[in-house]
Amino acid sequence: MAEHCAVIGVGQTQHDAKRIDVSQYGLVREAAERALEDAGMTYADIDAVVVGKAPDMFEGVMMPELMLADSLGAVGKPMLRVHTAGSVGGSTAIVAASLIQAGVHDRVLTVSYEKQSESNAMWALSVKVPFQQGMVAGAGGYFAPLIRAYMKRSGAPEDTGIRVALKDRQNALKNPYAHLKLEGIDFDQIANSPMLWDPIRYLETCPSSDGACAMVLGNAAVAKKAPKKPAWVHATAMRTEPTMFSGRDQVNPQAGQDCARVLYKKAGISDPRKEIDCCEIYVPFSWFEPMWMENLHFAPESEGWKMTYEGATALDGDLPVNMSGGVLSSNPIGASGMLRFAEIANQIRGEAGEHQVDGAKKGLGHAYGGGSQFFSMWIVGDQPL
Amino acid sequence: MSEAKQPIKSIVTPSRLEYDFTPGIATTRFLRHMEEGRIVGQRCAECTKVYVPARGSCPRCGVATKEEVEVGPNGTVTTFCVVRVPSENIDLTLPYTAAHILLDGADIPFFALIQECDAADVRMGMRVEAVWAAKEEWGPTFENIRYFRPIDEPDVPFDDFKEHL
Ligand SMILES: [Zn+2]
Repeated sequence: MAEHCAVIGVGQTQHDAKRIDVSQYGLVREAAERALEDAGMTYADIDAVVVGKAPDMFEGVMMPELMLADSLGAVGKPMLRVHTAGSVGGSTAIVAASLIQAGVHDRVLTVSYEKQSESNAMWALSVKVPFQQGMVAGAGGYFAPLIRAYMKRSGAPEDTGIRVALKDRQNALKNPYAHLKLEGIDFDQIANSPMLWDPIRYLETCPSSDGACAMVLGNAAVAKKAPKKPAWVHATAMRTEPTMFSGRDQVNPQAGQDCARVLYKKAGISDPRKEIDCCEIYVPFSWFEPMWMENLHFAPESEGWKMTYEGATALDGDLPVNMSGGVLSSNPIGASGMLRFAEIANQIRGEAGEHQVDGAKKGLGHAYGGGSQFFSMWIVGDQPL
Repeated sequence: MSEAKQPIKSIVTPSRLEYDFTPGIATTRFLRHMEEGRIVGQRCAECTKVYVPARGSCPRCGVATKEEVEVGPNGTVTTFCVVRVPSENIDLTLPYTAAHILLDGADIPFFALIQECDAADVRMGMRVEAVWAAKEEWGPTFENIRYFRPIDEPDVPFDDFKEHL
């Protein structure tokens, strides 16, 4: 990498089921302006804008980045759109970082969003394929059989998913931007919530949210002048694999394993469990926490659930996971990956507020998408690598 | 009166898009076989895996697949979920069981519906058979198979299908 890249500004919207107080334009500006303010900048200081969101079918607006150019101060500047399904928020941040690392730009604004209330995501995710019967009911319908496969393979206790959901929902109470804040949430409420896609319960599921996230990224010279402590990008990685091939392991996909392996290598990490202080990972259904702990090499295969069970992933554990409440608490799909990347940057910057992990120096941001076939990840640290 | 003063913040405007679907060579052959009541996949000459429905090439080896292999009509449930939540474009009575079914002779499972069986009785490893629509209703579509139902055979051990979850 030719240039260092650092996160110098972070902004996110209030996430909610329906942000009818703002348009799509207003939603992205709310996040972008907070990120610019955090970086001590205005739109005029920005060299280029990189935008990401889930497929256009979600809001029914084709190539919305074009209509958003004006709102994001991008007129007359380079603007890029990134598409990688649910992992897009992470991939978008990585594309923005690569523009800095390659020396193309000094200051890049990157924004991702979803306004699910202007759409029907369940419909968009359940489109009938010609000549086939429609039965895959949204993302839950797709992922529930894989969760059942994980449960069978690992022999994990049946309440693992409930424990993850309880932890993330309690963490969300400390996050002022979270969509779902369930005061007094307890184990029994989650255990007794209805099965939507058996074995996935209602309270083990992410909500549908309106929201946006933005970051200002800069090179070393820009970062040195930033008003707040930067989070330095140590490594980024993206990997994909086909949705369908014989023998594909969808529970522990090779693309995710490979992505993590190359990420740690680039970041000079040999023992991720020891060297990484905390993580924000993409967990839309609670059982994905143990599944991804294994995929990310934090635990041996079939033992990820032990980390949840032993409290390792709790806010006061040895590897806190989803301190913000995660995707289970706010899911503006296109922004959900960038929220992971931005939340982990804020941990390193010491800007995470009530859900701050004391002394966090190195963190992992993770996103996945499609049928567990797109992966994007980054490692950020408090010093340049 | 006060209602009239409420600002209109959003309106719903349904839109539709119609398109012609061209299935391509491999899917056309698959659909023509379906029209005759046969489920036919394709074997990869390199890795010997049988794909159904075949797309005309092996996603792992990247080579064209030509050899046709009849598979099914019986198969094994490798994993499944019970759907209890409605979706606008799915016309099925809740709850229903959507399963990954590995047809006999195939090397990749696909999503299909399980019926004539209580959701609580569906198991990983359960043996099932295809239930076809009446012959006069057959067309070039996978929907000729209405669903799968259990058959009286012992469950397949997990180790025998764990590569195909
Ligand atoms: Zn092959």
